[in-house]
Amino acid sequence: MSVAEQTLPTEQAGRRRCASLLARATADELHAAWDALKDKPETKPVRGPETGLVMVRGRIGGGGSPFNLGEATVTRATVALASGTVGHAQALGTDKQKAKLAAIFDALWQEDATRDHVENTVLALVEHRVEAENRAKAEETAATRVDFFTMVRGDD
Amino acid sequence: MYVAVKGGEAAISNAHRLLADRRRGDRSLPSVTIEQIAEQLGLAVDRVMAEASLYDRSLAALAVRQSRGDLIEAIFLLRAYRTTLPRFGNSVPLDTADMLVERRVSATYKDLPGGQLLGPTFDYTHRLLDPSLLTDETVEEPARRDASEEEIMRVSDILAHEGLIEADGDLPQDHQAGDLTREPMEFPMGRDLRLQALARGDEGFLLALGYSTQRGYGRNHPFVGEIRIGEVEVEMEIPELGFAVSLGNIRVTECQMVNQFKGSSKAPPQFTRGYGLVFGQSERKAMSMSLVDRALRAEELGEDITAPAQDEEFVISHSDNVQATGFVEHLKLPHYVDFQAELAMVRRMRADIHAARSPQQGDVTEAAE
Repeated sequence: MSVAEQTLPTEQAGRRRCASLLARATADELHAAWDALKDKPETKPVRGPETGLVMVRGRIGGGGSPFNLGEATVTRATVALASGTVGHAQALGTDKQKAKLAAIFDALWQEDATRDHVENTVLALVEHRVEAENRAKAEETAATRVDFFTMVRGDD
Repeated sequence: MYVAVKGGEAAISNAHRLLADRRRGDRSLPSVTIEQIAEQLGLAVDRVMAEASLYDRSLAALAVRQSRGDLIEAIFLLRAYRTTLPRFGNSVPLDTADMLVERRVSATYKDLPGGQLLGPTFDYTHRLLDPSLLTDETVEEPARRDASEEEIMRVSDILAHEGLIEADGDLPQDHQAGDLTREPMEFPMGRDLRLQALARGDEGFLLALGYSTQRGYGRNHPFVGEIRIGEVEVEMEIPELGFAVSLGNIRVTECQMVNQFKGSSKAPPQFTRGYGLVFGQSERKAMSMSLVDRALRAEELGEDITAPAQDEEFVISHSDNVQATGFVEHLKLPHYVDFQAELAMVRRMRADIHAARSPQQGDVTEAAE
């Protein structure tokens, strides 16, 4: 197995994690991280930001053949840095400003010089917030779990 | 004779101005915000998203506000909006087994992996109006308890281990999922297309049809294997990247109905299934959908088609409330020319009958004389 084949999945996993967190970032979180950026990069819009639809699919019975459940709004943007690095962003909803900033951070994450900044000022924050929200939801749901107990017969 | 006319511009314009006034209502009250609708009338927003077949909470809340709370009007608005947008692609099929579960109940097993999780339900409330909601009283924060790491296993998978239930529902390998929004409807249709139609179908219509199956019109002996509500991740393949990335989460409701068993000389008896999947939190709709999905499988399962809920063409052709309202409500629009034609015809027929009768009566009179 070549080095490229070995590293590809890791690189891909990193990119997927980055995209997933950028999609979940709020516009405020991205604006704050952008404002905190000392050297704002030159960016060129390649595509969008534009809003469209994704046809959300389900599976028959939960795990069978796919069917079309319905659409969702999605907004995407592609930008290029002066270095030529291209960033993509796509997230549910119609927030174009958010998509544009997310695309810039996607590009910055790919550059060694700025990856740490993106990790620290965006991805880590979003990850912590989303984890905390999910934990809160899970704990709130867990509190509504039914504890069955067997009625003791009053024989004696 | 009716002569084509123009007119009504001023009346229409003033009617819309009046509509805007009535929508706003008493100006001394604060205007309701989109965020308030999305947060506090969340289930109305969910219904609009489900039946508009477009997941976007903010736009659905806007539609609810614009329609003065007329949900079918709101659904219509959102449907119209979606036609203005390009489609970027299809999502990777949702993995509802990997849901961030907010509610999960089973009527078939008391103790099951993951447990019975009631979540934010109206069940077990006494349905008494709550006077405390007349004012803006402080609401308690929800209780919390450590969440177990236990997997919230699908009930259908539990039964499947023993071979007691049919598989999830596989169409032939080369089958492409059909899309009602792209191709005209044709009958008979595949289960994938039926599920798409049911997922966007009118809740009231599906509820009534589901109820009819319980009352004996196409009985299919259902048990709620499981209902689960929660967030699932939406992923889409990005051609520029060459792999799928997450776009975020949406909330869905899934119902797995376990239905009457079926067997033959070749295959031992197995439970059959109906499936419901709906945008947002709506278990009434998901349950109705799964009852109707099962009823519509009558032919596939070799059952007699005797009831409305089993009639694919009848159910699917009438389940869409935007289509239904369009055709019903068009009756109120000017039909002056059509009606003039009918009026003239009825007058002529009456005159003919009158003319035909009069000489006869004359004959009778003459004969009598």
